[in-house]
Amino acid sequence: MPDDERWIDADAGPVVRPYALTRGRTRHTGDSFDLVATVVTTGMRIPDSSFLAPEHLNVLQLAHAPTTVVDIASDVDLPLGVVRILLADLRELGLIVIRAPVTMAERVDKNTLMEVLNGLRGL
Amino acid sequence: MAYAGFEYPGGTARQHRAIKILLAGGFGVGKTTLVGAVSEIKPLRTEELLTEGSLRSDSTVGVEQKTTTTVAMDFGRISLRSDLVLYLFGTPGQQRFWFMWDELAIGALGAVVLADTRRLADSFPAIDYFERRDIPFIVALNNFDGARRYDAEDVRAALDLDPGLPIVHCDARSRDSSKQVLIALVQHVLSSSPDEVPMTRQVL
Repeated sequence: MPDDERWIDADAGPVVRPYALTRGRTRHTGDSFDLVATVVTTGMRIPDSSFLAPEHLNVLQLAHAPTTVVDIASDVDLPLGVVRILLADLRELGLIVIRAPVTMAERVDKNTLMEVLNGLRGL
Repeated sequence: MAYAGFEYPGGTARQHRAIKILLAGGFGVGKTTLVGAVSEIKPLRTEELLTEGSLRSDSTVGVEQKTTTTVAMDFGRISLRSDLVLYLFGTPGQQRFWFMWDELAIGALGAVVLADTRRLADSFPAIDYFERRDIPFIVALNNFDGARRYDAEDVRAALDLDPGLPIVHCDARSRDSSKQVLIALVQHVLSSSPDEVPMTRQVL
């Protein structure tokens, strides 16, 4: 360990600039996906040859149960753009699938609107 | 690490339905307060959007207490049912954030333009944006302490809004009042949506 190495805690702020995690990439691979698209793991084994950062593994962990792109971004506390790139990497490896939210394709139908209304009234 | 035992997606698990509602308005108008009052607010960082230059240009005239400005998006989550979640996104009203809106607006249920009657002009860009894209919206007037409570019709005239567009008063600090704002939006969307038979999901 070099002499000048110091321990830096979370209060010091990010030690690694967010886009260093993506190796400088600012655009993700493959099809674009919505902020509220559903993300879930496929159950596939991580290929031995893959290079995954701890952040990739964090994201993967969170997607064991279906969740959304924004929920993941919020939970890992990384900027949305970075999380998108990590998600696209995982998708490319076949480790997760990203599904368009149901409401996207169809606009919100009346039944769902009624459900939302009743849900809000019951809050 | 193996992930055996998890159901393969595309299987029979119930679809998670995510509903997006946008909350637009100028800085300091109470977006964060409203999201926090009605939902489980979560931190959501977007890319660093504000440079020092733009920080200086953000008007705080007429806003007594807000000294810092929210760069991160306000993001709130309300679980209505186990498979139905409402997501609230509070987005700043300035033009330079429109790239964010473009994405948020796709498939959104609708929008709330939160306005401060002392600075009505701040809500012009948001109103223009939603009108042009045909996104259903309502205007909610956040009644700050000490702010004069304007008549909704005066505001309608000042903002040149359609007669059928709901304008509601609210107190963004109050959970119930904020909830009523969301209810007013959903009712507006319901009343303006055609009576078509809801589309059934295609089975592939």
